[in-house]
Amino acid sequence: MIKIDPSEITPKPLYLSRRQFIGSAGVVVAGALALAACKGNVPTVTTGTPPSAGGTTDELGDPLSSFYDITHYNNYYEFSTNKEAVADLVADFPISPWNIEVSGLVNNPKTYTIEDLQKFQPEERIYRLRCVEAWSMVIPWIGFPLHKLLDEVQPTSEATYVQFTTLYDPKDMSLQGSNLLNWPYVEGLRMDEAMHDLTLMVTGMYGKPLPKQDGAPIRLVVPWKYGFKGIKAIVKIELVNFQPSTTWMQTAPDEYGFYANVNPNVDHPRWSQATERRIGEVGRRKTLMFNGYEKEVASLYVGMDLKKNF
Amino acid sequence: MNTRNKFFDYWFPILVHIACLLPIPWLILDAWRGNLTVDPIRGSILRTGKIALELLILSLACTPLNNIFGFKPALRVRRALGDYSFLYTSLHFAIFVSLDYGFDIQLVLNELIRPYALVGLIAGLLLIPLAITSFSPWPKRLGKNWKRLHNLVYVINLLAALHFILVVKQGVTEPYLWMILIIFLLVLRIPPVRHFLSGFFTH
Repeated sequence: MIKIDPSEITPKPLYLSRRQFIGSAGVVVAGALALAACKGNVPTVTTGTPPSAGGTTDELGDPLSSFYDITHYNNYYEFSTNKEAVADLVADFPISPWNIEVSGLVNNPKTYTIEDLQKFQPEERIYRLRCVEAWSMVIPWIGFPLHKLLDEVQPTSEATYVQFTTLYDPKDMSLQGSNLLNWPYVEGLRMDEAMHDLTLMVTGMYGKPLPKQDGAPIRLVVPWKYGFKGIKAIVKIELVNFQPSTTWMQTAPDEYGFYANVNPNVDHPRWSQATERRIGEVGRRKTLMFNGYEKEVASLYVGMDLKKNF
Repeated sequence: MNTRNKFFDYWFPILVHIACLLPIPWLILDAWRGNLTVDPIRGSILRTGKIALELLILSLACTPLNNIFGFKPALRVRRALGDYSFLYTSLHFAIFVSLDYGFDIQLVLNELIRPYALVGLIAGLLLIPLAITSFSPWPKRLGKNWKRLHNLVYVINLLAALHFILVVKQGVTEPYLWMILIIFLLVLRIPPVRHFLSGFFTH
């Protein structure tokens, strides 16, 4: 063992000034961070039409998240587990041509091209998006209610659930080559959830075609559920008579359930769901039951134990 | 390595101190320029936490660097690395309580009871006596007990990595790599391993 005199280790003037420094550094960093959180980000997208939305707030009066924020903070495991990295990684992902097969327990199975879906008359819907990671945004989606599509294919009386599947394309979705999750990504809704008018098939955002990092060319948005239910880059919609086994249920069954309804009273096993950070704000907000859509959807879950059916 | 080099002996600790302080202006600059992701509060919590962990691991690497590789200057920065780790741990916790939870004690407590937070809290609390006693007159006053007390850093390293593991979602491998590195650095301290390797590298 080599003996070292304590005074040899840190030059005295350095550690003395360090004590003062520790005090002042905290104040300076906190100030700078508070400023950063308040400062709006400037969209860097210069091609095409500028982002624009029909409204500036959601129905609760909260402002839209910026186009930049919505396109640079994406959970999209097919490309990366790093939310900031996805925007760059999707650049070469081909989304045209694109077909969506609607099949299973339906009278009129049909394969649509993405262009065919234009007939369902896209409309703007400003929804809150609450991620299971306890952050949220307000997003002006453009899309059509899923029930319009389902009405056309006519589910049979046996159909009780809808199962959605993402494209499987390990060549262009690089992490599908790994065993990170069971690919392709699968999600599901109960029939009444799928038929609910809030449930949206999304093809655009902020008045523009849907950016690839947000799930282009078509994704699902179910605003009263955690964001991971909003499956991206959908190629298949199947009507089935069993509860689909979704990707996150397979990956961590104790952490992610089939319903995944936003619920401040049912915590994630590892963290609280009582609060969330609205991106762009300092501090936290209280999370609303069913993400603020309680009036519209609570009737779907009457009599259900939401702690058990998380 | 010529550790008798006066120039190196003089400049090495100073360079280490500068390197340990640089993340602060870097954090402020990135906060100012909006480079802390679209969730800068989370971004700054993650960054300060990671720097604290990295410095803790570096301080753990100092002893084997000396014992096995004969890099004696490492011992002269060992305590400073630990102290800087405490500085970033304090920042990490301060941002969590202030900017993230707005000093809402109820919410903070509700979060602190989660295993991930509890493990991190314990690691941080254990660092406090080490940070205090790393300055004079404590090393002399505590004598042999000083070393015993500072062996807590082994536990703190493991807790810090566990804290990171418990908070990431499935599929994120980074904290496991840090944990493996910590275990490796601890294994290097087992006497037979140390003797074998030091004989291997210094002959």
